[in-house]
Formats: sequence, structure tokens, C-alpha cells
Amino acid sequence: MAYVAHDETAYVAPLEVEEEHLYHAKTWLGKYVFCQDAKVIAIQYACTAMGIGLVALVFSLIMRLQLGFPNTFAFIAPEDYYQYVTMHGMIMVIYLLTALFLGGFGNYLIPLMVGARDMVFPYVNMISFWVYFLAVLILVASMFVPGGATGSGWTLYPPQAVTSGTPGSDLGIILMLVSLIVFIIGFTMGGLNYVVTVLQGRTRGMTLMRMPLTIWGIFMATVLALLAFPALLVACIMMLFDKIIGTSFFMPAVISMGEQLPHTGGSPVLFEHLFWFFGHPEVYIVALPAFGIVSDLLSTHARKTIFGYRMMVWAIVVIGGLSFIVWAHHMYVSGMNPYFGFFFATTTLIIAIPTAIKVYNWVLTLWHGNIRLNVPMMFAIGFIFTFINGGLTGLFLGNVTVDLPLSDTYFVVAHFHMVMAVSPVLVVFGAIYHWYPKMTGRMLNDSLGKVHFWITFLGTYAIYYPMHYLGFLGLPRRYYAMGPTEFMPASAQSLNQFITIAALVVGAAQLIFLYNLITSYRNGKESGDNPWESTTLEWQTAETPPGHGNFGKDLPLVYRWAYDYSVPGAPSDFLPQNLPPQGGSAEGIKED
Amino acid sequence: MPLVIALVLLVIGSVVFHFMSPWFLTPIASHWDTVDVTIDITFWVTGVVFVAINLFMAYAVYKFRYNKDRRSLYEPENKKLEWWLTGVTALGVAAMLTPGLFVWADFVTPPEDAMIVEAVGQQWHWSYRFPGKDGVLGIVDNGAVTDDNPFGMNPDDPNGQDDILIASPEVHLPLGVPVKALLRSKDVLHNFTVTQFRVKMDLVPGLVSYQWFTPTVAGRYELLCEELCGIGHHTMRGHVVVEEPAAFEAWLDAQPTYAELLAKAPGDAAAGAPLYAVCTACHGAQGEGNPLLNAPKLAGQGAWYMKRQLEYFKSGVRGSHELDVFGQQMAPMAAVLADETAINNVVAYIQTLPDVPAISTVMGDVEHGEDIYETCAYCHAADGSGIQSLNAPRQAGMSDWYLVTQLKNFKQGIRGQHPDDGYGPQMGLMANILPDDQAINDLVAYINTLEIKDAEASE
Repeated sequence: MAYVAHDETAYVAPLEVEEEHLYHAKTWLGKYVFCQDAKVIAIQYACTAMGIGLVALVFSLIMRLQLGFPNTFAFIAPEDYYQYVTMHGMIMVIYLLTALFLGGFGNYLIPLMVGARDMVFPYVNMISFWVYFLAVLILVASMFVPGGATGSGWTLYPPQAVTSGTPGSDLGIILMLVSLIVFIIGFTMGGLNYVVTVLQGRTRGMTLMRMPLTIWGIFMATVLALLAFPALLVACIMMLFDKIIGTSFFMPAVISMGEQLPHTGGSPVLFEHLFWFFGHPEVYIVALPAFGIVSDLLSTHARKTIFGYRMMVWAIVVIGGLSFIVWAHHMYVSGMNPYFGFFFATTTLIIAIPTAIKVYNWVLTLWHGNIRLNVPMMFAIGFIFTFINGGLTGLFLGNVTVDLPLSDTYFVVAHFHMVMAVSPVLVVFGAIYHWYPKMTGRMLNDSLGKVHFWITFLGTYAIYYPMHYLGFLGLPRRYYAMGPTEFMPASAQSLNQFITIAALVVGAAQLIFLYNLITSYRNGKESGDNPWESTTLEWQTAETPPGHGNFGKDLPLVYRWAYDYSVPGAPSDFLPQNLPPQGGSAEGIKED
Repeated sequence: MPLVIALVLLVIGSVVFHFMSPWFLTPIASHWDTVDVTIDITFWVTGVVFVAINLFMAYAVYKFRYNKDRRSLYEPENKKLEWWLTGVTALGVAAMLTPGLFVWADFVTPPEDAMIVEAVGQQWHWSYRFPGKDGVLGIVDNGAVTDDNPFGMNPDDPNGQDDILIASPEVHLPLGVPVKALLRSKDVLHNFTVTQFRVKMDLVPGLVSYQWFTPTVAGRYELLCEELCGIGHHTMRGHVVVEEPAAFEAWLDAQPTYAELLAKAPGDAAAGAPLYAVCTACHGAQGEGNPLLNAPKLAGQGAWYMKRQLEYFKSGVRGSHELDVFGQQMAPMAAVLADETAINNVVAYIQTLPDVPAISTVMGDVEHGEDIYETCAYCHAADGSGIQSLNAPRQAGMSDWYLVTQLKNFKQGIRGQHPDDGYGPQMGLMANILPDDQAINDLVAYINTLEIKDAEASE
């Protein structure tokens, strides 16, 4: 019996242009440091991002110590606390998540999954990483200058960010802005590369609608980033001008420490608009790659086609588009013209529809699947749970009226950590457990992976779910200490202590993961080329880990979409994208 | 299997937590019940979705667990189901959004007859202004703000003459009257939030924003700044007292107008000299203080600060706490001063006394103290000279043993917790960063090393 698979064709378009020859580095420095191989650059990005992310994790634990046990730790003075708050947020959002998803996963997966030998511009790609590295160094340097790092919150709102009531309002903020500018320059080099590689570097037969959703997610996120970061870039430059040469872009006439400042006529709200015009798409810059990756994890490990692929692609595109017209929902109570609230509440709640469709389709992918509950799959399912929670609380904050009592409280902190920290990070972990075998040729330890999953999944829920209720009480965020209040029950502080303890446990559990990463590199079980029996091209390479050029002598030709799992009548429950139609069907007939 | 159980338990646990939690919205005290209704609607819609999808997922993970003899269903898409789900989702979204937009329409259009009050934010204090009899607020300008004109009023504007200026973090509002709060900032972003009123809005320098509400329950409510405004953000608190309109009117009538404040005569040092005679017994003829009598040095301290403290002692805001032994000694002495004029006069006299640095009596680790003082310097200035506009008195060159006592008092709530002490709670929160007596000694030992560079800054 012959089978008919979705989107299968025997015809593959002829080669249009000759393959470019790759530059093969001859020196050690060229191979491992200033390397042009996207896979090495990916690992450089990932290690740097996770390294600085670990610092930000420690900062968050210090913050939690202060919040859970105020007046106990003398080394956390108010200025330190606000510096930890700021650096934690800034590092996690930009220097960790953006860099890891796009620089890390983007570099590793785009060429391999679209069937390219490397990024289209390998040299620029190499520079991109080193510029990013420089941005991280400048950021770290800002913590050691006189006055320390900026303590103005990761939103860096002026006038506060540049006036002297805020820690790090001189060198700290200047270096922060310079670091962001450098980051954006580096990112633009990488980002153009990812976009061009997806559009121009795909192998023959890899049509756009055959691409794995991972690539769709990373691609769309990069497009968003290329359009959104310029707004942050100009905001940074303008604030630097305000700070250094005394312009008044964002600075009205204000008093600082009893002295009149020489500014006049600027608008702090203008900065907020520029910041959030970047800042909201930034949420999706982190979320879309996670959406894509988790789709592939679910499909692979449920041995089932992703449900509603075309709808999934369109949802990614629509979410990406809408993410540019919702930014002011971060500013409902900012003092901007409140009539904007009608427009932005409407667009914001509309974005819930394509997002909900993605959730339905993930869950429906499990339905009638054949679920292998391995570690990457557990993280993927954990993601769905936390993402549903975080997505739904977004409907509270997006609905302008409900935002009135909840804005600036711990409800917001709980919401965005659930949706933008826990959820994407669960995907990052799932993805690392999933692709580590391809990167190293060895599996990560399964038992350690499960322990890591359980503590991280349950622990983060224990941190953030109750935190919403502190927000309902009205506990303001960014408070060094609440102190005695008349309207908050004393038990709220016990809840704060519980959250702190949960956070310490979750933080410590990440050491298990690090240990696993390091020891499995030498001692892990050998994985073979395709341990998960996956269809996508990165698992069909001739060697694992793949060498420079990815695919050996010939590039793979693609005959089918990325989700031919459990095709009725097929010999095995997965058909690789580069498997020609006849080959598969002939064997299929034999088995039946 | 454990994952299935975990998912089910998390769903049940979340729902149970929601209904059992002692932590939820504080009892409402304004007319914005509609905000709470919108929250309820959102809770029901999202709650149903949360439970339904997660239980469905848990069931799927259980029912379709791996079996090597089975294959998944091959179903790339199901158009009908997908459109159906999209439609239902759109309905749910509309059910939440529509009431939300109606309430918002109400929020952006305050009633024409709403009472106007202006809330002024600055690092890290609140003050307020009422338009007075003419109902019109006078022109203000951040560029005109000085220590003597903290509101930035324009003396030439007739509309401003009868404006009522409340230079205190506490404001009173009438019960049952719609209030439109105009919000203005002198320095950075702030935010005006009374949790029980349900609404909030940022204060932005360079523009005037607003919010409105009708207080419906009498009481004294905490006012919080909820937009990060620098190192003292968490100490920027005020109070809103909601009372019967008659009581409110009486309170308002007792507050000074701008014209009255302008007309006030400055203190007269000559008239203050005889009044000071009483003080010399303890504080010394030169205001140099006397540690043996627990009397701190006065000479060189800011006039604004001494006035406020004398008023506090006189009215029982200070010196009434049972553990404040030395404060109790000062209270009857302050009562000797008959009225505000007397206070102004005696303070004016103290201003004429020679400012000789007090003798150091406290020892400690100066380097450690320097670390701690980094926080203090934001308000009290790097040289310890104090900053009047931040309500931060001078520290350097004053009696060090007195600083130690007061820091302990603030920390233990002996000072600064009286309901009428608007500025004390702030220092209480800040004194909490000092973990023990050693830290206090170290800090004060460092303050002893400070020298005020600009002599005028201390006045």
C-alpha cells in the first residue's frame, strides 16, 4: 500500500548558482577564537550569554534575600539593591535571552536546519560575536566604575537615570548606554546574516513553507529585532547627548538635590515611547524563537506532525506584525494621553488570538500522539503550562482598566517572569537537552536532567504563582523594603520569605545543570547521528558533531516538510526531510 | 505519569490557592467598583481557559504516553477545528475587552464638577495644592523652585495668591465628592497610588497628568509612589485622609494660602535672644550642646529643621513616646514657646550663634562607615551639610552622640512613627539598613571626619 505524505514531491529545483567555497581557517586562533564557522560562533555566543546570565541569576538571588529578609543583610544597601535590580533585568532580557536565542540557537540551527554550509556572511558573523563580547565587557566594567552600575531599572527612564538621586547616574549610566549601542551594532551584523541566510541560503527543495518552525521563529524574531533595536539605539544616543553635552531631548526643567538643572523642554514620555517601541517587540524577540523551538520539540518527541503548521507560521508572522502596535500598553499609567489606552488595549487583546492558536496547536499536537516523555519533552510540556499561565495574566495587564490597580505591583513582576523568563528558559533548557547530542555527540545525563526539570518547573511556579497575589494586595515593585504598612497583612512578608527560599532552591538547582553540561561532554553516552529519530536536516549530517561546512560533500536535497512523523504506511515513524519519495514508499510497501 | 499528576495537582492547587488565599485585593474605598468587576470577569474567563487547557493537556500526556506498538495519528491540520477555536477565543477576548473599554472611557473623563487637588511629587516627598476660593490654580514653573518657593509659584499671578499650599505628605479629601487629582513632578517620574482607590497615574516633569476618583469610605490611606524614582523610592510615602466634608472644610480653612505665606515675617533674632535664655541651661550659651545633659549642639543646624522639630516637640509629635526619655525632657521646654512667631524668633537667634564643630565622642571603623554613608549622602549630601529641599538636616560637625541616639530611636520606632510625623517614617525605613550598634558607630565615626566645604550650604 502506498502512502501519501503531506507536502511531498519528487521534483527538486536545479542548482541556480555554484556553491561558494568556504574559508577554512589554518591557525588555532582562526579555528577556535576568531572563528567563522557559525557553529563555533553559536557556542561562543551561548557560553558568553550563559556566563553573564549566571551573574544576573546571582543578582536576583541577592534581591530576593533583601525582599524575603529585609534589614538582615548589611551588604545590600538601597543603592546596591537598585543596581542589582537594573543589572538583573538588563542582562537577562538583552545580554542573555536575546543573545542566546538569536546568536546562540540562531547561529547553530539556521545553517544546519535550512541545509546551508554556513551563514551567508561568515566573516561578519565572526565580528558580530566579538562586538557582542565587547558590549558585555563594557557592561561588566560599568559595575566597577566610581558610583557603580546604573540603578535606574532596566527601563532606564530619564530624568531619573541621569540625575543624582539614582545610583550610577554618571559613569554607570554612560557605560550602560554605550554597551547597549555596541550590542545593537553587533546584533545588526548577526541579524542581517540570519535573515539573508534564511531567505537566500536554503538548500534546494527547502521552500519557506517546509522550514521547521524553529527557523520561522528565529527568522521572524530577527526581523523584529532589526526593526526594533534602532528605536533603542537612537534613544540611547539621545540620552547620552542629554547626559554628556547637555541637550534636552528627554529632560524638561527639573530640580535635582535642590539645584536647578540646565535642561528645559524635553519629554521623558518620548523616551518611554522609544524604549517600548523597542521593548515590546523585544518580548517577542525572546518569545518567537521559543515558540518555534518548542513546536519542534513537541512534534519530534510526540512522534506526531505539528498540528496546523500553516496556521502556526501565520500566527508567528501576525504576532510579529502586531507586536509593533501594542507598545504603549506598558505606558497606560505613564501620563501619556490616556485616550491612547483604547487603541492599545484593543490591539493588545487581539494579539492574544494568534497566541492562543499557538497554544491550542501545541496541545493538539500531543493529542493522538505517541509521547516519549524524555527530558526535552518534559521541558516542552512544562513550557506550555507556564506559558498558559503567563499568557493569561497578560490579559489582565493588557486590558487597560485592569492594569490600573495592577500596574507597578508584583503582579507585573510575576506576569513577565512567568511569560518571558520562566517560559523561554524552560524552552532553552529543553532545547539544550535536545541539541546537545548534535553539538557534542554525547547525550546529557537523563537522571540529572529530570531532577533539574522537576526543581526548575515546580520551583519557578512556587516563586511566581503566589507572587501575583502580592500584586493584588498592592505590593509595589522596585521597593527596597516595604516596611510597616497599614493595608498589607503581616502574612504577606511570610509569603515573601517563602518565595525567597523557593528562589534559592531553584537557583542552586541550576548547578546540577551546569555539572551535567560539563561532565557529559566527556562522559555522556554516545548519541549517534540522530538519537531522537528526528526529521529535520541537522540530524541527517554525515558526522556528529558536524564539521565545518555541515553536510560533507553534497548538500542535502529536501523533498518534504519538517513534520513527517508517523506517516501512515511508512516504514519508520519518521521520514527525514531529505528522504526521496520513492525510497520511502518502496520500503513501506514491503513492510506492509 | 508523575508529570500528569503534577500538572493536575498544579491546576487544582492554583484554583484552591486562589479561593483560599488571604492575599487579595484590599477592601475598596473609592467608587471604582467597576474596576473590580472587570477583574472578576477577567478572572472567570482566564480561569476557565487555564483549567480547561491544562487538564486537557494532562489527559493527553496520560492517554497518549509512549507505546512502541502504536503510531500517532497523522493529522497535519484540521481547518474546521482551528477556525472554531479562533472564533471562541475571539469571543472570550471581546468579553474581557468590552467592559474594560467602557470603564476606561469613564476613567479618562472626570466629571466637570470634580474638586481639583494638585499632588506635587519630588524626590522623595509629596506635597499638595488646592486652587482656593477662585477655583483656579496659579501658574507654576519648575524653574522658579527654590527652598523658599518649593511649589515654584509665580508671585505675580493673581490666580495663585489664594492657592492653598500643603507642605506636608498628608492631605485631606472630602468623603463622597469626586476628586480630580492633577499630578505634577519637580524632578523625576513618580506615581500617585492609593491602593484602596484602585487607580494610579505617573507624575511626569514637564507635563500635568491626572486621575479621578470619588472616595467612598472615610479613613486614612497610605499614598505610595509606584514609579522608580531613585534611591529613596520606597520611602516616598504620604497619606490621604478621607473625612466628612465639614471636617474637610475645617481642615482646609486652617491651611495657609500662598499670599499668607508670602506675608509672613521672617524670624527676628533680637526678639529671639531672650527666649533662648531658657535653652542655655542645657544647650549652652553658644548653642554648642552638652553631652552630660543630653542636649545636642544647635548652632549651624538648618533653621527649617529646628522649626519643624520645635513644632513637633510642642505638639507632642516628638517627645511623647514612652521610651524617648530625652525627648520627654525637651517637650515641656518647647511648650514654653508661645506660638509660631516665638519659634521663628528663637530659631533666628540660634542662627546667629557661632558654628564650632562639636567634639567627637564616638569611635568606630571609619572605612566601614564611609561605605554606609554612601546611602546617606543621597539626601544629607556628601559633605553632611544636609539638603533642605530633601528635608534632610545637617549631620557634619553636629553632636555625634546625638546622631547615635537618634539613629537607634528611628530604628526602634521610638522616633518617626507618630502619625503626624510626615517625614519621620522615611528616616525610619532608611535607618533600618544599619544592622547593629557597631554599624551605627562606624557610620557616625565617618560623619565626624566630614567637613562642610561651603559654609552657606548648612543654612
